[in-house]
Amino acid sequence: MLSETFLITLFLGAVMAGMPLLLAGLGEQLSERAGVLNIGLEGMMLAGAWAGFVAAWASGSAGLGFLAGAGAGLVVAAFMALFCVIMALNQIVVGIALVLAVQGLTALLHFVQFSQSYPRLDGMQAWAVPGLSQIPLLGPMLFSHNPVVWLGLALTAAMAFLYRQTNLGIALQAAGDRPAALDALGGNVTRLRVLTVLTTGALAGLGGAFMSVAVAGVFVPFMSHGNGFIAIVLAMLARGRPLWVLGGAFLFGASLSMTTALQVVGVNVPVDVIQMLPFAMVMLVLVLAGRKANLPAALGESFERGAR
Amino acid sequence: MQTPPGAALPPADDRAGYGRAGSGVTGAGIRPVVALQNVTRRFPGVLASDAVSLGFLPGEVHVLLGENGAGKSTLVAMLSGLQQPDAGQILIDGAAVSLAAPRDALRLGIGTVFQHSMLVPSLSVVDNFTLGGPWWQRPDRKALAARIQAAAAGPGLRVDPFASVASLSLGERQQAEILRALMRGSRCLILDEATAMLTPQEAGALGALMRRLAATGLAVVFITHKLQEALAFGDRITVLRGGRNVGMIAPDVLQARSGAENTAHIVSLMFGEDSRRPDPLSHDLPRPAPPQKGPALLKVAGLSTAGGPQPLRDISFTLHAGEIFGIAGIDGNGQKALAEALAGQIPSTGTLHLGGAEINGGVAARRRAGLSYVTDDRLGEGIVAGFPVATNLVLKEIGQPPFWRRGLVQSATIAAAARALVQAFDIRTPDVTTPAGRLSGGNIQKVLLARELTGQAQVVIFAKPTYGLDLQNITAIRARIREAAGHGKAVLLISTDLDELLELSDRIAVIERGRLSPPYPNDDTARAAITRLISGATGGADV
Amino acid sequence: MSERFRTGAGRELAIQALFLIGPLLAVLILGGLILLALGANPFSYYAFVVERGMLRPSGLEATLTRMGPLLLIASGLIIAFRAGVWNLGGDGQFLLAAVMAAALAPLLHQAGWPVWLLLMAGLLTGAITGAAWAVLPALLRARQGLNEIITTLMMSFLGVSLANLLVKLAFLDPTTTTPQTRTLPVEARLPRLFDTTISSGLLIGLVVVILVHLMMTRTAFGLRLRVVGANPRAALHAGLAVPALTIAVFALSAGLVGLAGAVDVLGIQGNIRADWNPAYSLSVVPLVFLARLNGYGTIVYVFLFSALSIGAESAARRLGVPGYFSLVIVALMLITFALSDHFQKRRQRLSQI
Repeated sequence: MLSETFLITLFLGAVMAGMPLLLAGLGEQLSERAGVLNIGLEGMMLAGAWAGFVAAWASGSAGLGFLAGAGAGLVVAAFMALFCVIMALNQIVVGIALVLAVQGLTALLHFVQFSQSYPRLDGMQAWAVPGLSQIPLLGPMLFSHNPVVWLGLALTAAMAFLYRQTNLGIALQAAGDRPAALDALGGNVTRLRVLTVLTTGALAGLGGAFMSVAVAGVFVPFMSHGNGFIAIVLAMLARGRPLWVLGGAFLFGASLSMTTALQVVGVNVPVDVIQMLPFAMVMLVLVLAGRKANLPAALGESFERGAR
Repeated sequence: MQTPPGAALPPADDRAGYGRAGSGVTGAGIRPVVALQNVTRRFPGVLASDAVSLGFLPGEVHVLLGENGAGKSTLVAMLSGLQQPDAGQILIDGAAVSLAAPRDALRLGIGTVFQHSMLVPSLSVVDNFTLGGPWWQRPDRKALAARIQAAAAGPGLRVDPFASVASLSLGERQQAEILRALMRGSRCLILDEATAMLTPQEAGALGALMRRLAATGLAVVFITHKLQEALAFGDRITVLRGGRNVGMIAPDVLQARSGAENTAHIVSLMFGEDSRRPDPLSHDLPRPAPPQKGPALLKVAGLSTAGGPQPLRDISFTLHAGEIFGIAGIDGNGQKALAEALAGQIPSTGTLHLGGAEINGGVAARRRAGLSYVTDDRLGEGIVAGFPVATNLVLKEIGQPPFWRRGLVQSATIAAAARALVQAFDIRTPDVTTPAGRLSGGNIQKVLLARELTGQAQVVIFAKPTYGLDLQNITAIRARIREAAGHGKAVLLISTDLDELLELSDRIAVIERGRLSPPYPNDDTARAAITRLISGATGGADV
Repeated sequence: MSERFRTGAGRELAIQALFLIGPLLAVLILGGLILLALGANPFSYYAFVVERGMLRPSGLEATLTRMGPLLLIASGLIIAFRAGVWNLGGDGQFLLAAVMAAALAPLLHQAGWPVWLLLMAGLLTGAITGAAWAVLPALLRARQGLNEIITTLMMSFLGVSLANLLVKLAFLDPTTTTPQTRTLPVEARLPRLFDTTISSGLLIGLVVVILVHLMMTRTAFGLRLRVVGANPRAALHAGLAVPALTIAVFALSAGLVGLAGAVDVLGIQGNIRADWNPAYSLSVVPLVFLARLNGYGTIVYVFLFSALSIGAESAARRLGVPGYFSLVIVALMLITFALSDHFQKRRQRLSQI
């Protein structure tokens, strides 16, 4: 069973299925660090998935699809930022409302454009590292991927650098742990939080677009199927460590891509079992490491100058 | 400076050794670094600042003295850019400026060290110093650390740049914050209630530091409600009352007069000439009658806890009926754990006998046995802010008759009982249905007292019962504590205010790192003995 | 304050009304714009929905029937939210409970159980299944302080998949080719009310939501839960057994959601098809918020939502506007009401002079 095909299928599947989680998870980690719990992440991903698909379908360019996806996520995030960060409405209520709204709207919009049909996009070209990708087994596994995969890896490293090595990273941590301190030192908590929420939206939207454009090649209503919530858990468990998000996303991706890999080698597993796997994994991890899923002190609290 | 702030301090000569740069500048010729002109700030229902005019001169420690609610924090908020005046002007070097946000105040050279630490606990000291810097820059931690140490050497501050803020004591955090303000080029340094959380030594050291800083030409503004500290540390004292500047005492006047004269003058400014209430700041109040050795009511033996910030280690003592037993100590030495372990809020080992019977179990069981607890965290755990006063008054009786019968609420009974308590304890509230969170701190404390002192209470634990209250409420609450003991209840008074303990207690013990000293009778030597014990506890923090 | 109120009473009333009606109008207008964009006439759409959901007898009966399970879900959510527990896992609890009840009831019927006993057993099974599905989040929250938003959501996704799996593998009806559970005969279902098609599930829902409201507002137990919800530290200080109460809240809340699943199956559906998931729970969350966690208000909002969804389902067939539109409407309502709440509070704060 552990044949080369199985391994390559599983690994590539894990990368593809894990990439939306990685992008959304990195984004969520960013806003959680700054103190905003982004329950609407699922909505941002779904908006990205729809917009990405439509743009890619209309233009024939996957790149435009990704851009549109990021843009759509950004738009949803703008609502989140306006309502939760600027106007300080309840983050959970608004988050749920945004998820519902995006679910309804994308389904409607898809219906208007395509009625009951689900057109497919052509497959996407991987970007192979010249030379290295020719190595047997490791070559196709490590060096031949969609450009967005490379972007995701670069982002992971960039985030790690940002958190540890820049003033911005320090300011982010202050905004999450002691916003009043940042404010008293002349930082702008609200602006910082708005920016992180918008970035989160763009990343989640890109992740969603990756789902529809690169992985599935099709848009189906409600297709984000809880990925946004898994990404929230990933970010919670990883806390300030982007590498952990990467590892977690890959693991979840692997469990999601297990069906395909098993089918390739002729083992049939009901799709429901496979769909349960990542959630069961999350629960298992939470049971084992529950206490460690710490969150910033001011997470979920809106900031108002002078209020203690 | 070994003199604790509570002691009667000789004001003038004690300061001879410190920089006197400020002493000569009695107004003429020197322009204030920062000045307020008729600054007014309104809040719903309150005039927090009423046409206040003030000037802070370089080289002076200028004390803003006033009770809670006198308008000190509003002035600080406006000077640091957190709030803006509704009318009037803030001048810097004689020019009117607008401080629309904290960054404006910082840019113009006003540095503020707030009462509540403005350091991010999860970051190191050096990272806290880079906060607010250009976002794209990579902090050069090594170089900055070197600069921190260099800058600290001048005024004699001790700051470890690479320590995590969470591991620092409150005094160390304050030093770091002062240094941060200095390194940002502050010319006017505001210290807001800076001694509130410090040990007596730390407070003394801070006073010396303020004087050294003023000697370098800095305008130091020290905000406090403690008269002794004002006299001990200040060159110039401005008294605030009801949002107004009710009087300023210039350095020459301050030095020319005796300590007693200054005290009398300031007290009359703070509380009004016609105030007839007993002066709570004098320590010549009649001591409570010596313990009339009622029967032992509460026997605590070998009380220990595990976990928490400061576990208790083997605490034993006996409380007699009619006695007030004081527990002194610097905050964070196990006071909270002691109160909560006794009340049954956290698990503990050891034995507890109340009136001869062993009590254990949770809060409810101990309360039924006659032990009640007035928490110091009034808003955090004392009340449910959104619930009516009436509900909060029966919060620890939920499900008990006569307020609940067969599980159903008897609203009329609760309301009637609540109205009676509101009357008896003089709780100022529009109605018993008013959400408790809308009341003032003093009235919330009265709600807690009413709840804990009525019913079957025989032993009452008070944790910092007057912390953060204004004078009138302090007097009222202390009277209630005396009265409770007078009625034969045994009172455990946990406080960080030594004066309060000396005023009320029959015996005093000191808690230090979770251990309790043997009790001292509260006689003439008590102040010195207790101070020595507390001081020993910190190992003598000197600067 | 009272002085002000008396002098400006008329104006005050008008402003209050504005805060109540304004959001509703805004939702209708925004929804209308979306309908326009979809190429439908907003006025005829709204008229159609009102006619099909509320006015036409068959529509009204369908609306009232749908209210039963929704009211039960709402009751469960009211308990949880008032006690400060974010039970967002209703869909999994609902579906698993429905599947268990759907599997059990026909078997009991075949075994010749009397109908009332069978129904009792089915309802109880639903409630227990729902509660059981909340055990893990409850323990994690009570023991480890772990945020239940995430755990209940995860358990919800798990539960939906598990329910599907059970339908396809374990409880498949061997007599049909469609993948579904055995069908409970109509005569063994929850009785209908009078001569209508309204299921008595409506009665169960109404009774439960009112009982829950009274429990939360009038009983010692309800007050304990509210204290835990409003200020958990005050609850500990007052000696309440917070972990036990938290677990009780999860059990009650999820149990009622599970009961909703059983009522839906035993009263309305009769069986469960594979991959069926009405996803009621996440749509009911906004409703109880809009009603400010008040039981009576919830009845009103659940009625409106039921009418909307029944009407929208007809509209999907007749006017070609998919039923997803009702999701959008609910989301819009939630946001506009949250905004109105925000401005109302701000206004109150400003006028507190």
